Amino acid sequence: MMSGGSQLPPGAQTRASVGRLEPAALAGVMSRDVAIFGRYWKATTFSSIVQPTIYLLAFGLGLGALLHKVGHLTYVQYVATGVVATAVLFSSAFPGMFNTFIRWQFQRTYDAMLAAPVDVEELITAEILWISLRAGVYGLAPLLVGLAFGLEPELGMLLVVPIGFVTGFGFAAFGVTVAAVAKTIDNFNYITSAVLTPLFLVAGTFFPISNLPAGVRAVAQVNPLYHCVQLVRDASLGSLGTPDLVHAGVLLAFALLMWRLAIQQLGRRLID
Amino acid sequence: MASARAAAISMRGVRKRFAEIVAVDGLDLEVPAGVCFGLLGPNGAGKSTTMRMLTAQALADEGAISVLGYELPRQSKQARLEMGVVPQLDNLDVELTCRQILTVFARLYRVARGERAEAVQRALQIANLTARADTIVRELSGGMRRRLLVARGLIHEPRLVLLDEPTVGLDPQVRQELWSLIDGLRTRGVTVLMSTHYIEEAERLADTVAVMSAGRIIAQGTPAELVAEHAGEQVLEVYGPPERLAQVDELAASNGWASRRSGPAVAIMRAETLNGLAPEGVRRPANLEDAFVALTGQEIE
Repeated sequence: MMSGGSQLPPGAQTRASVGRLEPAALAGVMSRDVAIFGRYWKATTFSSIVQPTIYLLAFGLGLGALLHKVGHLTYVQYVATGVVATAVLFSSAFPGMFNTFIRWQFQRTYDAMLAAPVDVEELITAEILWISLRAGVYGLAPLLVGLAFGLEPELGMLLVVPIGFVTGFGFAAFGVTVAAVAKTIDNFNYITSAVLTPLFLVAGTFFPISNLPAGVRAVAQVNPLYHCVQLVRDASLGSLGTPDLVHAGVLLAFALLMWRLAIQQLGRRLID
Repeated sequence: MASARAAAISMRGVRKRFAEIVAVDGLDLEVPAGVCFGLLGPNGAGKSTTMRMLTAQALADEGAISVLGYELPRQSKQARLEMGVVPQLDNLDVELTCRQILTVFARLYRVARGERAEAVQRALQIANLTARADTIVRELSGGMRRRLLVARGLIHEPRLVLLDEPTVGLDPQVRQELWSLIDGLRTRGVTVLMSTHYIEEAERLADTVAVMSAGRIIAQGTPAELVAEHAGEQVLEVYGPPERLAQVDELAASNGWASRRSGPAVAIMRAETLNGLAPEGVRRPANLEDAFVALTGQEIE
């Protein structure tokens, strides 16, 4: 193999050899996401501001008029932090599902990239990384809106970025896995209604899970979004403590598990 | 082993099965460095599967594959780094501009940061798209898109290029443009493996043609060799009403002449060897299409 290059045609030159999960490959795949993002960042930013505003108006003014406090939190504090998790969930699970399916099945972008020196693991990891970075940063939007609604600024709010990143990583990977096993794009409806909607409601986003029946409460405990909500709330309201290590641990474990699952499931289908 | 080392592509006993279908069935293929090699076969012969195995986007069930001296699939990433691929299906990002797409692929192919802009410029030039550099792909014509696909596969100046049905579905003028582009690659010493089901394309561009049918190579040589060996020097075309053609078919069969229906005529191969029994007809030089049909038993575009 060492002498293999000696008889090759002109143009043969020494190039860097390649390994596993290379930063250059990840950056290359993400540079495409960045270029595409340049086309739609306005729409994304608009909806990431308007959506929490509507939630805060609807729940804050509507439900908040009946419900002044949840535990020791004002309803604005409660909802604004809850909406962060909602925003992270939707801005990661949906792109994970739809972008993956469209790029893989309709645009065949993944086919093009896999013909270049990019492995399945790098391709999927880079896509999930990009989605989760975006989800983490845009997770701040509901808090910014919350500030306008009277939320107190807190340095810990910046932790929303890494919390949103880890949560978003898990849900983006979940979305990729769904896209990998879905036969058609219409099948996403099953996941959206039967999985994502309950996940986002039964997570302590708009109402506490402590009032729910024991069975539902147990389910909520294993909902990664519940742990995200708790962490965001503690970080943004300056009340981080030991239980938050558990929340962070659950989110990290979820992200790791979903990452490997996404690579396994989509990888099987990208390579014949 | 010296010859094996000089080969840009080597496939030995390669098999690939999809559920019930055997797409590639004991394929042996050797592409020497520096040639334009045509893989000619009807649709469904296994050409695209063969191409996908060379980038490890399909994994062989059996057999050994090496590309540019790298063993697949283990070292496929290194092989992909040094080759360019032009797919049959347009998989361009319709929302991006030509320049953006080429820049992304320059990164994917590890073109150094300082050389990327220049590489993009050069690729645009090769594809004659410099004036369209900042046009969004959605707004390009079919021919421009195909040229951009080629430019994308050449962004890192690969020494091996895989072209899967490079001109399928293009109008004749655009096809000519692409042919001169491909011819230019060969002139520059780049090894080209091109799959096609267009006889004319193989005849014009390929130094060596391998005829593929039902997942394996059934004949290989220069176009002229293939014609001489499988269709002879001349072909006799006999025209007439259906009854006459049926008679000629019978005559050919009883004399053991190789013949085929060619549109409104019966074409008899190796007309130069026919004895006095030869029917009235038009003699013309044998071509690759005759050889192809004689080999595969299939008519083609």
